[in-house]
Amino acid sequence: MLKGKQSILFDCAPYVISSGSVVGKKEGEGPLGSLFDLIEEENLFGQDTWEEAESEMQKEACLMALGKAQVEPKEVRYLFGGDLLRQGIATSMGLEELHIPLFGLYGACSTSGEALALASMSVAAGYGEYVLAVTSSHFGSAEKEFRFPLAYANQRPLSSQWTVTGSGAFLVGEEKSHVKVSGVTVGKIVDYGLKDSQNMGACMAPAACDTILQNLKDFGSKPSDYDRIFTGDLGYVGQSILFDLMDKEGVDIKDNHMDCGKIIFEQETQHTNAGGSGCGCAAVTLSAYILPKIQSGEWEKVLFVPTGALMSTVSFNEGQSVPGIAHGIVLEHC
Amino acid sequence: MNKEKQQSYKKYVENKTPKNNVYLNMVKAFIVGGIICLVGQAILNFCKSQGLEEEMAGSWTSLILVFISVVLTGLNLYSPIAQWGGAGALVPITGFANSVAAPAIEYQKEGQVFGIGCKIFTIAGPVILYGIFTSWVLGVIYWVTTMF
Repeated sequence: MLKGKQSILFDCAPYVISSGSVVGKKEGEGPLGSLFDLIEEENLFGQDTWEEAESEMQKEACLMALGKAQVEPKEVRYLFGGDLLRQGIATSMGLEELHIPLFGLYGACSTSGEALALASMSVAAGYGEYVLAVTSSHFGSAEKEFRFPLAYANQRPLSSQWTVTGSGAFLVGEEKSHVKVSGVTVGKIVDYGLKDSQNMGACMAPAACDTILQNLKDFGSKPSDYDRIFTGDLGYVGQSILFDLMDKEGVDIKDNHMDCGKIIFEQETQHTNAGGSGCGCAAVTLSAYILPKIQSGEWEKVLFVPTGALMSTVSFNEGQSVPGIAHGIVLEHC
Repeated sequence: MNKEKQQSYKKYVENKTPKNNVYLNMVKAFIVGGIICLVGQAILNFCKSQGLEEEMAGSWTSLILVFISVVLTGLNLYSPIAQWGGAGALVPITGFANSVAAPAIEYQKEGQVFGIGCKIFTIAGPVILYGIFTSWVLGVIYWVTTMF
């Protein structure tokens, strides 16, 4: 059933049957370290390049999610996948072996939300018994793509964020589990004209604010209806801006808001400045930390809002601003 | 969103964003830059004590500093120095060497020609181009002044 301007409330809600999280060494040493399914000590994941390593992570995460649910790749109808690299090469090079019909996505760091929304819509509409959603990011490949070679010596500003090396995969389907996707709010591109790609939290906070407000409006909810509202990777700077923006609209989410970028690293000891970022940040946190809590019933209802900063090195060099986007996924215990 | 609102958001974000302490950074840069220069001076003195001419000793000093920087870059040890020392590590010749070595290491996977060949100067390129250009402009100015 369509809700409000941007949301869908599923009549027949699909379930998140299983998920898989694969991360690198630094993430494994972080506060959520013990919760991840697989921690690879070697950031190249046994491959030759960062890009191949990221592909390998995606494949591992998918196989992990499928393995947990004991579902064969050939039983999966469609796969929605994306990453941060040009032409989505981590996804296209990594998932070929699975032989699952694929939709390649790009939503910057909000891709996990985009993939989950589309997977849920497909299942709810009856277009697949099992559908996979997967995203990834890799510190090495992202630095190379968006910033500098890894060994280049520069000083990272305090507002900069650390790209998470990780991939999260989610098997969405009709088979009952303890987590259902009861609705989605698809976000708009929101541009406040900021051009600082080293302050992505500030670029994305307006989009997160817009999507959360729209979600509350569309579903007629208030923030306290959710046990937690999770944003993807606003980090320390973005979160405080989000609070101010929400305050301006007369909505207070301070009590139940958490940010994946803030909890995935220990800011002081891991030197991650404003927090974690990347497609993998929200995806692995959802898989390893949020879903188990919904599964156990500790949290009844969670709004998961991964956030993305839409830019490329070309748009940045040509002086364009960095717009944000955020998608809302309503997850419920059942 | 209109320009005014964008400007006010930009201002608000600037106030909200934590910044490095400039004075502390200057002290750190002074320490790191100073140590690098001290090492350079030690090499220079050693070369001269071995009987090298001033100019030749200077060249050897640059060569050795560049070599040390490239090795540290390869071992991924130059980044942490710059993260702490900022401009103190970036401005000396060792910083320049790092900016050439780092892309060479990173893009080596993309091949000798399109990887290393095309991308080795992605960071140092602008410095070289505008360094030479500025020298040329200054040269012209100097030449003009000699005519009077």
